[in-house]
Amino acid sequence: MTNALQIDGLVKTYGDGFEALKNIDLHVAEGDFFALLGPNGAGKSTTLGIVCSLVNKTSGRVQVFGHDIDTDLSAAKMNLGVVPQEFNFNQFEKVFDIVTTQAGYYGIPFAKAKLSAERYLRKLGLWEKRNSPARMLSGGMKRRLMIARALVHEPRMLILDEPTAGVDIELRRSMWAFLEEINRQGTTIILTTHYLEEAEALCRNIAIIDKGRIVKHTSKKDLLQQLSVETFVLDTDQNLTEPLALEGFTTRIDGEGALEVDVEKSQGLNGVFIELERHKIKVLSMRTKANRLEELFLRLVEDNAGEQGAHS
Amino acid sequence: MSPHAIFTAFSTIVVREVRRFTRIWPQTLLPPAVTMTLYFVIFGNLIGSRIGDMGGFNYMAFIVPGLIMMSVITSSYANVVSSFFSMKFQRSIEELLVSPVPNWVILLGYVAGGMTRGLGVGLIVTLLSLAFTQLEIHNLPVMILTVFLTSALFSLGGFINAMLATKFDDISIVPTFILTPLTYLGGVFYSIDLLPAFWQGLSLINPILYMVNAFRYGILGVSDVNVGLALVMIVLFITVLSIICLRMLQRGKGIRH
Repeated sequence: MTNALQIDGLVKTYGDGFEALKNIDLHVAEGDFFALLGPNGAGKSTTLGIVCSLVNKTSGRVQVFGHDIDTDLSAAKMNLGVVPQEFNFNQFEKVFDIVTTQAGYYGIPFAKAKLSAERYLRKLGLWEKRNSPARMLSGGMKRRLMIARALVHEPRMLILDEPTAGVDIELRRSMWAFLEEINRQGTTIILTTHYLEEAEALCRNIAIIDKGRIVKHTSKKDLLQQLSVETFVLDTDQNLTEPLALEGFTTRIDGEGALEVDVEKSQGLNGVFIELERHKIKVLSMRTKANRLEELFLRLVEDNAGEQGAHS
Repeated sequence: MSPHAIFTAFSTIVVREVRRFTRIWPQTLLPPAVTMTLYFVIFGNLIGSRIGDMGGFNYMAFIVPGLIMMSVITSSYANVVSSFFSMKFQRSIEELLVSPVPNWVILLGYVAGGMTRGLGVGLIVTLLSLAFTQLEIHNLPVMILTVFLTSALFSLGGFINAMLATKFDDISIVPTFILTPLTYLGGVFYSIDLLPAFWQGLSLINPILYMVNAFRYGILGVSDVNVGLALVMIVLFITVLSIICLRMLQRGKGIRH
């Protein structure tokens, strides 16, 4: 089956000599919910910018549903919807006009564009605001407006660059639910995000990019299986000031007197509780120190920094 | 894109442009009407009545074609340069760049938007001028052809300016320091026959002189220059500027990284 996105040997070198992308290969299957993760300046937005024709590539090949952006750009664009990181609509235009105008750029007649715009504005809770100038919307509404605009021509692939940045938790959850719904209906979704719990909750496949290189490209399941040690934070009924000697476990006391315990995947949590029972310590609550993906992400990025340092 | 889809995209750009300049009509349509009325009153009526005839016509009748042309040139240019640069500034140009609209359709859409405002303002100024003088059209095809081509040419000029501009100052430099002087010295208010030979020769390298005179020929039947040559020159300029615009779009000059 043709991939929704196929990137081979992608290189981007800016005019000042900065190499933003160093020979990147990436593929996203049709129907996938895919996350492209990486620290600031890693090359996420540059990669997606090239796919969307907002950035000119230096070399390499990009295909969207088999359409090469060098030879068949129009067909590639027809299949794409883009939600950028920054608000990029005319703040003085009305919400409805912004969405129907975008449909017009894709050659959709106004009568049909009106129906499609109404459908997505209703779904995203913006229908009541359709006659308001975009500048009057809240930050969360502006983000949803960009999603409605990106979907109005019914693309097969939706690219979202930090779609929930600055959005409150409730709204973020409702946006997740909406994205999951359109993904279930067959739209391939690629997102970049700083909220790793977002990627963990939504995505099936993940690539991690750092310093212009893909350092990991696998399924979320496989990635999480690579996490060999997880750190748990335990609030206890005792005022601990020093790490406890729990047999087989490394422990620390965090700044607020809670007990941190490193647990290897092979060990399981039962051993921790048996040891605590032996010390007559009662656990009041427990949580993971960071979400699992976050731990892996930091580890991979740190490893990559180490490798880069070794080669420089 | 199919021809029908291309036409939809083109008309979408034009409609959006028209919606923009009509939404801010106190900034786009009203000022030229007020300014040109003042020109008619002060230069045409008050001062013109003491000047006497120019080119065989009373002064008011002589300056009306030039003033119409001046408003068309200024408005066509201003529409494209301000609209396109604002889109760059707000990054809403990305809406177009991610879409499958071909570059030539983007250019054509903006030029058509600029022409709509330019010709609309020209029509407003023409109607206002009827309160001061009678216009008897000498050659309608020449008049229409000249004003359409000139409007297209300056819309293209505005597009290039907007592509090159990186800040708001950049979009006012050309209109203030190039366009306005060339228009004032382009035979709007006088016939170059009045000038000494040296200044007459110098005036002949001003392209706006040809446009103003070709338009004046269409209305009054008099011109300081060869009308055929003027039309050929405008078409030539349009061709060159179109090629430059398309190349800039192709390279993404100032709009793509």
